[in-house]
Amino acid sequence: MEWEVVIGLETHTQLKTNTKIFSGASTTYGAEPNTQACEVSIALPGVLPVLNKEAVECAIKFGLAVDADIAPRSVFARKNYFYPDLPKGYQISQYELPVVGKGKLTIQVPAGKHGEAYEKTIHITRAHLEEDAGKSVHGAVEGMSGIDLNRAGTPLLEIVTEPDMRSAAEAVAYAKKLHELVQWIGICDGNMQEGSFRCDVNVSVRPKGTEKLGTRREIKNLNSFKFMQQAIEYETQWQIDTLEDGGKIQQATVLFNPDTGETRAMRSKEEANDYRYFPDPDLLPLVVSDEDKARVRTHMPELPEAMKARFEAAHGLSSYDAATLTASRGTADYFTAVVQAGAEAKPAANWVMGALSAKLNAEEKVITDSPVSAAQLAQLLKRIQDNTISNNAAKQVFEALWAGEGDVDTIIAAKGLKQESDTGAIEAIIDEVLNANPAMVEEFKAGKEKAFNALVGQAMKASKGKANPAQVNEILKKKLG
Amino acid sequence: MINSSLKTLSQMLASKQISSVELTQTFLTRIQQHNPAINAYIALDTDKTLAQARAADARIAAGNAEALTGIPFAQKDIFCAKGWKTTCGSKMLANFVAPYDAHVISQFDAAGAVNLGKTNMDEFAMGSSNETSYFGGVKNPWDFDRVPGGSSGGSAAAVAARLCAAATGTDTGGSIRQPASLCGFTGLKPTYGLVSRYGMIAFASSLDQAGPMAKSAEDCALMMNVMAGFDERDSTSLNRPKEDYTRGLANMVGAQPLEGLRVGLPKEYFADGLDADVAKVVQAAIAEYRKLGAEIVDISLPNSQLSIPVYYVLAPAEASSNLSRYDGVRYGHRAAEYDDLLDMYMKSRAEGFGAEVKRRILIGTYVLSAGYYDAYYLKAQQIRRLIAQDFTEAFKQCDVIMGPTAPSTAFKAGEKADDPVAMYLQDVYTIATNLAGLPGMSIPAGFAPSTDGKALPVGLQLVGNYFDEARMLDVAHAYQQVTDWHLQMPESLK
Repeated sequence: MEWEVVIGLETHTQLKTNTKIFSGASTTYGAEPNTQACEVSIALPGVLPVLNKEAVECAIKFGLAVDADIAPRSVFARKNYFYPDLPKGYQISQYELPVVGKGKLTIQVPAGKHGEAYEKTIHITRAHLEEDAGKSVHGAVEGMSGIDLNRAGTPLLEIVTEPDMRSAAEAVAYAKKLHELVQWIGICDGNMQEGSFRCDVNVSVRPKGTEKLGTRREIKNLNSFKFMQQAIEYETQWQIDTLEDGGKIQQATVLFNPDTGETRAMRSKEEANDYRYFPDPDLLPLVVSDEDKARVRTHMPELPEAMKARFEAAHGLSSYDAATLTASRGTADYFTAVVQAGAEAKPAANWVMGALSAKLNAEEKVITDSPVSAAQLAQLLKRIQDNTISNNAAKQVFEALWAGEGDVDTIIAAKGLKQESDTGAIEAIIDEVLNANPAMVEEFKAGKEKAFNALVGQAMKASKGKANPAQVNEILKKKLG
Repeated sequence: MINSSLKTLSQMLASKQISSVELTQTFLTRIQQHNPAINAYIALDTDKTLAQARAADARIAAGNAEALTGIPFAQKDIFCAKGWKTTCGSKMLANFVAPYDAHVISQFDAAGAVNLGKTNMDEFAMGSSNETSYFGGVKNPWDFDRVPGGSSGGSAAAVAARLCAAATGTDTGGSIRQPASLCGFTGLKPTYGLVSRYGMIAFASSLDQAGPMAKSAEDCALMMNVMAGFDERDSTSLNRPKEDYTRGLANMVGAQPLEGLRVGLPKEYFADGLDADVAKVVQAAIAEYRKLGAEIVDISLPNSQLSIPVYYVLAPAEASSNLSRYDGVRYGHRAAEYDDLLDMYMKSRAEGFGAEVKRRILIGTYVLSAGYYDAYYLKAQQIRRLIAQDFTEAFKQCDVIMGPTAPSTAFKAGEKADDPVAMYLQDVYTIATNLAGLPGMSIPAGFAPSTDGKALPVGLQLVGNYFDEARMLDVAHAYQQVTDWHLQMPESLK
């Protein structure tokens, strides 16, 4: 039988606010344990939550970015359970009425074993605001477990999709697109290692062509795209094998073990919870007016789709180039900065997608950490444009810029890469070359085109590579003509 | 002096007839003398108290005193006060020293008031007799065999026994008004949201409200000036302009100062269950109001009989969640020995909470559980709206509602301790105002004889419309101008 996998994602994105969602404590990552835990974070008796407007703004931004309904009134609820890293004994979350309703996100699934690259629209079910828990720290004190409440109360936006994805590749493409989008609109730093972006993946399988959804298992807390791909592939195969062996899938929460590449169901006790949700009486319903939405809209950056269209129209870039340049906010900003600094768009696009991208990949760097700044690249491109250096020389200058050897003009001077564009000087060199190579001249005159290229090579050699090749060509043609 | 109004004390301090240290010392001496028997205070810190009194004297000397500067108050132990043990009447927090000030505490501090100490209360404010306190019961100053009411029993006894100039309390279902009735003083539960709950240990968040407990309406008005006001740390705090709650008091003069006032008497508050002697006192008080010019109208609050069941679904539901933080992990009681995490939770909470608190956590957990939520919690919320609607309708016909505060006078310690439902019925007339979020008040209206021949105080309840505290205080003040019930104090404590 042919099987179809059905996948939905729940993504916890940590919002990039200065302070926690319900208190004024800082959200900076990596501080000493419990130094960012105020009286609200540690849930002292008598403390009360106050909603951070910045977090609400992030949620609205996301809603606008995925073309979603934004609830005029949403409600914070308490999710009650006991755990040492949950100081109040409940998590404040949104349950029945989330701030962001139905929306959609278009993804590009790259070519792969399924065939050609294609686009697909993934439907967002909802996105809601909630607070993160703290962390248990084991082993910091011998034989004891510690609790670090620095993270407790950090704002999260949980983004839930419909079960729209049909392969690990689609799920990963969605996760990547979402990861890029939340960074693009500036609501999340996207740092997966620090847990700023974590995915729970619901996986079920069904006979291809049938409608009824199979029983799902939820893979918890995936914080890398590679693991997500592996986990979904393993889980899918496990479910198919189980069903083909005559077994049944039990709804379960599973964990992925990167060392074995396998998923394993958690003990049922670990998930047997009645959360006793009810509206939090300490918080008023969250009201978002049309004016609020309009105000947030004015702070919204241009979205990738719009920017792509603009690049095509304004710079004459191909759809492919424009898509590549707007695949990440970092790349788009970099490209924009290079053009704004005076470089021509087409060569700028080629350099950003070519030499720069290759170098960044080779050294596993992100564009925002590029050692060559947008201003430097623009300057380099200007020096190609005004014939100061050749394309070949430019590659050397780029390497030197990357190595931090100074600014563009300093490097050109230091390395003596300035090309010779003085017609008189080039003529003198060519005359020398013609005098020294009468045989070649004869061959050319006899109709051998190759001899012309050889003479150009000799002239370039004689100029130590500095002569402007276009000029050499032109002058040589004239002299031989 | 111990019987003086806050206004008089303020004048005496301003004119240097007495210093704050002397005034404070007077109360501290009385506390030393009577508290061992009454058990109104559960935390005293003479050094801190006198330091505040000295600071107040310096402020008075510097000429920037406010109305309450230098006056000593008792604070219910539900308010976190920095450096003070703050227990909420529970073993769970028996060793908890608050590292921060509740809004109410910082408001009194800013006004230059003196904190005499923290007063006893029912554990986590759950009770109507102060008998659920981990620190023992409190004696009713009018009869030591009887309870002072609850949950603000310590503050109530401290006010009635004149162990403070006045006190703070909190009222979730009647915890200011019922003790005010049983101990014979004036207590006000403001409109929900008027006094910030920040730093006030939560019982039932949608119902809890702090308010003044004092001898007279005028004293309450002066305290309201300090306690009420917007606080951005409480999302349910109302952002309204500051008002002067004493502004109308001076107009309550002449033969009929309340002419034109419509007083509504809900027929449901004078039905079965009301003690006949209490009814008589309340009727006499209403007759007095008629003399003051008020017009009496009959009204109905048809859903009021549902108040108790609705309250005992909603309040425990919120409490079950509010009290989850007491898990033995970060502060508070932790069992000495345990096998694992779950065992630590269970033992710490089993040992740290008393029977009434456990009962309410169990009820609350039950009504929020999957499969029961709709039938209990959701239904109760719907009825809560109907109860509030009753009042909206009633206030179309009257300006203030009057009736008994409690169905009986103070009962004997132990009398209802084993019958939770009988205990819950103590709040039958007060709970609806909490559910509606309305302001309610109890003022001394006279005395009723007890079975053993003692005279016990009876309170008259006033319920006003939202934010109508100033008018309620005027109405109470007018009555207190022509009666002296509020000035009476137990003979044995004079």
